[in-house]
Amino acid sequence: MIELKNISRRFGDTIAVDGVNLTIETGEVCVLVGSSGCGKSTTLRMINRLLPYSAGEILVDGEDITTMNPEQLRLNMGYVIQGTGLFPHWTVARNIAMVPRLLNWPRERIDARVDELMTLLDLDPSAHANKYPQQLSGGQAQRVGVARALAADPNILLMDEPFGALDAITRENLQLEMLRIQKQVRKTTVFVTHDIDEALKLATRIAVMDQGRIIQHDTPENILRHPASDFVENLIGKQDRGLKLMSLRPVRDLMANHSEPRQSEPGEHTLREEDSIRLALSVMLWRDLRQVAVFNAQGQETGVITRERIIQEGV
Amino acid sequence: MRVWLPATLLASLLLALSAGMPVLEPLFNWVQPGKQQVIYERESFLFLLQNHLMLVVVSAAVGTLVAVAGGIFVTRPFGRDFLPLVGQVASIGQTFPPVAVLALAVPVLGFGEAPILLALVLYGLLPILRNTLAGLEGIDPAVREAALGMGMSPVQVLVRVELPLAGRVILAGIRTSVTINIATAAIGSTIGARTLGDPVIAGLVNGNTAYVLQGAILIGLLALTTDSLFEALERSWDRRLQSVGV
Repeated sequence: MIELKNISRRFGDTIAVDGVNLTIETGEVCVLVGSSGCGKSTTLRMINRLLPYSAGEILVDGEDITTMNPEQLRLNMGYVIQGTGLFPHWTVARNIAMVPRLLNWPRERIDARVDELMTLLDLDPSAHANKYPQQLSGGQAQRVGVARALAADPNILLMDEPFGALDAITRENLQLEMLRIQKQVRKTTVFVTHDIDEALKLATRIAVMDQGRIIQHDTPENILRHPASDFVENLIGKQDRGLKLMSLRPVRDLMANHSEPRQSEPGEHTLREEDSIRLALSVMLWRDLRQVAVFNAQGQETGVITRERIIQEGV
Repeated sequence: MRVWLPATLLASLLLALSAGMPVLEPLFNWVQPGKQQVIYERESFLFLLQNHLMLVVVSAAVGTLVAVAGGIFVTRPFGRDFLPLVGQVASIGQTFPPVAVLALAVPVLGFGEAPILLALVLYGLLPILRNTLAGLEGIDPAVREAALGMGMSPVQVLVRVELPLAGRVILAGIRTSVTINIATAAIGSTIGARTLGDPVIAGLVNGNTAYVLQGAILIGLLALTTDSLFEALERSWDRRLQSVGV
């Protein structure tokens, strides 16, 4: 658990962060969102003490971070940044092994861990382990960045616009990947972005920041349904809220279950239980269907979702 | 191994010429007719070469140490305030002719090896300092940020990340510095240091072109040898980074 209590930071006369109170529960993904210069990155960088704060207190699992050795603190916090910050003179494997090496793990354990992480992030160890960062694509490099942050299994993950410099398709893939990995590893994550859609997709709770303050701290659904101010309303896009809400709910919520799973073939115009209602509606509109079959992870047809139900209850 | 071949060949030629200059007596007789003596014999060329080399190596070692330490100091948080000053001194110093450094050093230190050593250290400092700054400042800030943010101590960041990344540029600075200093060291002969400049000066004073030529050839060869040695060093440095199929 990370607690920020009345945290402020001044640069000379300007106040970058102004009395921020924020509690991030263990295992949740807290996304700090706001326009550039709103203090979200500054807030993140105070948590691992890359920046000092002028006032207030930050506790990690109840312990004041200023009482800890900064290196020890950071070794237990994975850190992923926009420019990846991979070490150009080290191979991919050596980059990922950075923190385990600092912690003096035995060699075999490091090698095994590097293999495990590369596989987790969908990078083929035999093809990529000995490459240098310059030889990777942007998406691959950022996967390595995430793997490096996870290497020593830290409790906390800090991510500063990690996917900001990637193209839309790569970014989407990495977001999905992150959701998948987060399900497995359950890290307490603080994620900074200026992209509200990214925030809505990844967050357990979102903290909207403006001019160094937190305007609203709530679940994605509550942020969409009850924006606390005009600023938040503009950020989420007034007109677009219906569809954004739909993209938060899985098909599972609104489907009519069959009494027993049926064996049939999933096709192009069928859905999975975890797909969003927004996707269901899109499939229906595009294929001009009134209802669509829904399949579970085992490939069994478990129910159907209808257009009427989406229109009536989707939002 | 092939990268080291030119340096090895040049070094062999340099040694062979230093030891066996008298073999070329007929050639120099043709260059400088009407002199009793055409081969410089007041000191052995090998001794002069050794002394010349010693001056350059000592000054390069001291210069590298001071310049790299200085470059590191002004790029740390506690030394940042000095960065603009040191950066300016480094660039202005480059426009200062080496002879002038020597001329200023003699009144302070007198004649002999000491003033030329000082001049060489001072003059050799600047290219190394400039390149150390360029190398350290040229590192992607994200790399430093990641290194610190992942839990490296400032010393670990310097030794494991910054110096290896800046090393190639620093090495290029040392190369420039050493090459310049091989030429500059020869001027030391005018103030009583024993270098390969001795035959050149003696030749100029006595109107003996053969002497001048012998000194100049050896200095030139020494510079070429050293330069190709650095070339080989830089190539093998690059190769280390590219060893895995680019």
